[in-house]
Amino acid sequence: MAEENAIDDPMPTAPERFVLDASGLSLGAAGVVVALTEPVGEEPSPLRAFWSAFSENRGAVLGLAVVVFIALLALFAPWVAPHSPIEQFRQSVLLPPVWAGGNWTFPFGTDAVGRDVLSRLIYGARISLGIGLSVMVVSVALGIVLGLAAAFMRGIVEVVVMRVMDMVVAIPSLVLAILIVAVLGPSLSNTIIAVTVVYLPRYVRLVRAAALAELTKEYVIAAQVAGVGRLRLMFVTVLPNCLAPLIVQAALGISDAILEAAALGFLGLGAQPPTPEWGAMLADAREFIRSAPWIVTLPGLAILVTVVAINLMGDGLRDALDPKLRRS
Amino acid sequence: MLNLILRRVALTVPTFVALMFVTFVAVRLVPGDPIEARTGERGIAPERLAQLRHELGLDQPVWRQFLDYIYGLLHGDFGVSIVTKTPVLHEFLILFPATLELAFCALVFAVVLGVPAGVLAAVKRGSVLDHSVMTVALAGYSMPIFWWGLLLIMFMSEYLGLTPVSGRMDLINYYFEPVTGFMLIDSLLSGQEGAFGAAAAHLVLPSIVLGTIPLAVIARMTRSSMLEVLGEDYVRTARAKGLSPLRVVGLHTLRNALIPVVTVVGLQTGTLLAGAVLTETIFAWPGVGKWLIESISRRDYPALQGGIMLISAIVILVNLIVDMLYVAINPRIRHG
Amino acid sequence: MSLLSIRNLSVSFATGRGPFRAVDRVDLDVAAGELVAIVGESGSGKSVAMLAVMGLLPWIATVTADRMMFDGRDLLSLSARERRRIIGRDLVMIFQEPMSSLNPCFTVGFQIREAMKAHLDLSRAQRQARAVELLELVGIPEPDRRLSAFPHQLSGGMSQRVMIAMALACKPKLIIADEPTTALDVTIQAQILDLLLKLQKESGVGLVLITHDMGVVAETAQRVCVHYAGQQVEMQDTRGLFRDPHHPYTAALLAALPERARGRLLPSIPGIVPGLADRPTGCLFSPRCGFATDTCRTVPPPRAGAELGLALCHTPLVAGVPQRREFAA
Ligand SMILES: Nc1ncnc2c1ncn2[C@@H]1O[C@H](COP(=O)(O)OP(=O)(O)OP(=O)(O)O)[C@@H](O)[C@H]1O
Ligand SMILES: [Mg+2]
Repeated sequence: MAEENAIDDPMPTAPERFVLDASGLSLGAAGVVVALTEPVGEEPSPLRAFWSAFSENRGAVLGLAVVVFIALLALFAPWVAPHSPIEQFRQSVLLPPVWAGGNWTFPFGTDAVGRDVLSRLIYGARISLGIGLSVMVVSVALGIVLGLAAAFMRGIVEVVVMRVMDMVVAIPSLVLAILIVAVLGPSLSNTIIAVTVVYLPRYVRLVRAAALAELTKEYVIAAQVAGVGRLRLMFVTVLPNCLAPLIVQAALGISDAILEAAALGFLGLGAQPPTPEWGAMLADAREFIRSAPWIVTLPGLAILVTVVAINLMGDGLRDALDPKLRRS
Repeated sequence: MLNLILRRVALTVPTFVALMFVTFVAVRLVPGDPIEARTGERGIAPERLAQLRHELGLDQPVWRQFLDYIYGLLHGDFGVSIVTKTPVLHEFLILFPATLELAFCALVFAVVLGVPAGVLAAVKRGSVLDHSVMTVALAGYSMPIFWWGLLLIMFMSEYLGLTPVSGRMDLINYYFEPVTGFMLIDSLLSGQEGAFGAAAAHLVLPSIVLGTIPLAVIARMTRSSMLEVLGEDYVRTARAKGLSPLRVVGLHTLRNALIPVVTVVGLQTGTLLAGAVLTETIFAWPGVGKWLIESISRRDYPALQGGIMLISAIVILVNLIVDMLYVAINPRIRHG
Repeated sequence: MSLLSIRNLSVSFATGRGPFRAVDRVDLDVAAGELVAIVGESGSGKSVAMLAVMGLLPWIATVTADRMMFDGRDLLSLSARERRRIIGRDLVMIFQEPMSSLNPCFTVGFQIREAMKAHLDLSRAQRQARAVELLELVGIPEPDRRLSAFPHQLSGGMSQRVMIAMALACKPKLIIADEPTTALDVTIQAQILDLLLKLQKESGVGLVLITHDMGVVAETAQRVCVHYAGQQVEMQDTRGLFRDPHHPYTAALLAALPERARGRLLPSIPGIVPGLADRPTGCLFSPRCGFATDTCRTVPPPRAGAELGLALCHTPLVAGVPQRREFAA
């Protein structure tokens, strides 16, 4: 119980009274209570406060709306998509989109083997968001465990974990992902593994740094003195106070994972045909630069819009959750 | 100061060891036997197999193999390509200037555009200009560059016919022996008329594509760093001296604001080399990035292993240099 | 004719929660060679008012004034370029935080010479010689060596000496010193203040001294302005102010001086300075004022005449007794 109070109010600050200083003549010494802070009124609920801060940022709200829209498309793909993403309509190969003289059967046109581009894009949202979310969940979970372990156990655990992370960072992200996929073989699940490994260091470093900062604070020492067990200290006392930067990083991490996975797909090392992954859809688009520009344009646009939306949302989250990180 | 450098250098040693360990293990995990990969499908006599295994050191215990591997690396032996049968280091050194030239031009593009854009956005904070810069930066930051490259080829090369589609040089019209490996320099050295222009034209699109993400990162970073420094007391002091805004912003603010930016620029090396893999693939640019991808499709694992080792070593070294540079331009540390 | 003459200076900040008036209708006159002190609690807008004079406020600030004359020139109508010719040469400012007021990237010498380069017609060698001379003047040993030092190599007291040298570089007519000693160790404070006062006497430059230290005010200033919550509540010559304060806030400040305290407990002014959200409708000091009436709480006070220290009060004190005044309807 005692420690829960400690969490709610990490550092109770008494209003500071100016006391006499040595010269005894200063204005402050007159005992004037100097406090510019406003009287503490009713605190709005944290969620409310968060939302009001978040919704102030128009870009962030727009980003959120787009993300929700894409997520809904992904979720209800079988009902929304006009066709199957892999069905080949042999009689309508390389059909242009509606606005370029196509027809409404295939609003975004068809690809080289007669598959409906719109349906492939909608199903592609499933794959990209799926990859982004899985990478995020796994790397956040691993990052928390490794980061807290490094912060709490110090010694050999810390050295090994942090040096390995240094090494992962030293290899250019895509190059490392390529190495991992080369070892494991190209597939969607191996893409997720590769991208997770690549982005793991950020989370480990972030959690460790945040935990180390928290560890020096009084409430942690108080909890330690109260005899709280180490695991409880790690996950119940310290972790909640590291969450804000972690959530921000996680949101921005989704968009990076999507980009990375699409790059692997583009290189032929990610999702394999006929999977309608956005990057893979671009893999053989080069041939159609002249003849069918929509095959080149649309999948990339889908990636760009999704990533921009998530980044906008992430920036908004950062501003709302973590004023310390706010840069401007 | 010297202490600081030594400590920093010493810190990279474990990273290198971990790197060697991982590449060593990775190659042993790669599907397919290295000997089979060499002999192909013709099969092989058992005596010959044993001999080959001995030659490759595969009959040694694993720890021995690892030590041999490290020993080789330390002596510049990064393995031999299965496909070309030449040492990996040799191939790498031939291709690396192409990547370096591309990365350098991309970085120049990013810095030359990104720093002024960030400065202007910070100075005109809240203005239309600021919003435009930040929007463009957001798009650049979120850009799938392989698609961006295709778009540029589609528009600039195919539609407008302004730039070449691929490669480093117009080999039909110009031919000269590589001297430095940098096409811009070699074309000048060759003395052939128009060669330099052709080399530069080939660099434009790849540099833009590769420089896009660093550009966005640098612009954002410069802006936020400038905003922070503009609020510092010493900037107010500079203004209180009646100095011109140009001097206040360009000297007193920028000098301090650039310290973190230099670090960020340096740390873009990894991003640049990762991006080079994609950019070189799109533009058929004969550098190490494209070579790496091809090694995979050719199952040339020694090349892959050596290449990754070398690229990572470069990143580690550049990061080290950036750290030193950070110390050099920051008097607070230099004289600490 | 006064060197600096300000009438009705107001500054408001555009904050996230609406405009905030940090300085409200402040007047100030400083004659050549005169020392005027500004006192007031933290947050009473002393720094902001002087920064407005210097033109150094951030863009979210709006400055208005009926009159802002310096040395015969109207600061309000000057172009930015013309203003920059005065700022740093004739009108200079010394800041509250010496450590962060020097640019960490440049040497002390560079920063001192820079002001001369901008305003004076001196050769490189002359500037260097003057910089050495200035460091000697502010009592820095080994000036030659110190000129090539970086700010982080200096202590707070040293930094403030450098700031003073920088301010004196172009032989200014008026120095605004914004709590020049607050950030320093107590032992250093007296040294720096003595230095500043000595230099002021020697060179006959005007000085606006913002301070918390009533003791210093009593010893040095010719005139005192008392600020409260952005408003100027009283202005008097020093002797008059200490003998017979007319505004209850001034009276409370003086009564709170330890040397005037009777009994064992230090007296204090109860309550706090009103912030953005809790401004009273009437007199801003009324919530903390022992003499406050209903009028005080509802009607903003008028300004009294010069004989009553221009007190911003419904019932200015004379010999500690509130005077009911008739005021125009
Ligand atoms: N840039 C700004 N934006 C918003 N409000 C500001 C800004 N600068 C100052 N203020 C506000 O103006 C008021 C007056 O501040 P000022 O610094 O002038 O006080 P001061 O009298 O100098 O106090 P101190 O004795 O602490 O120096 C404060 O309430 C402060 O919060
Ligand atoms: Mg102040």
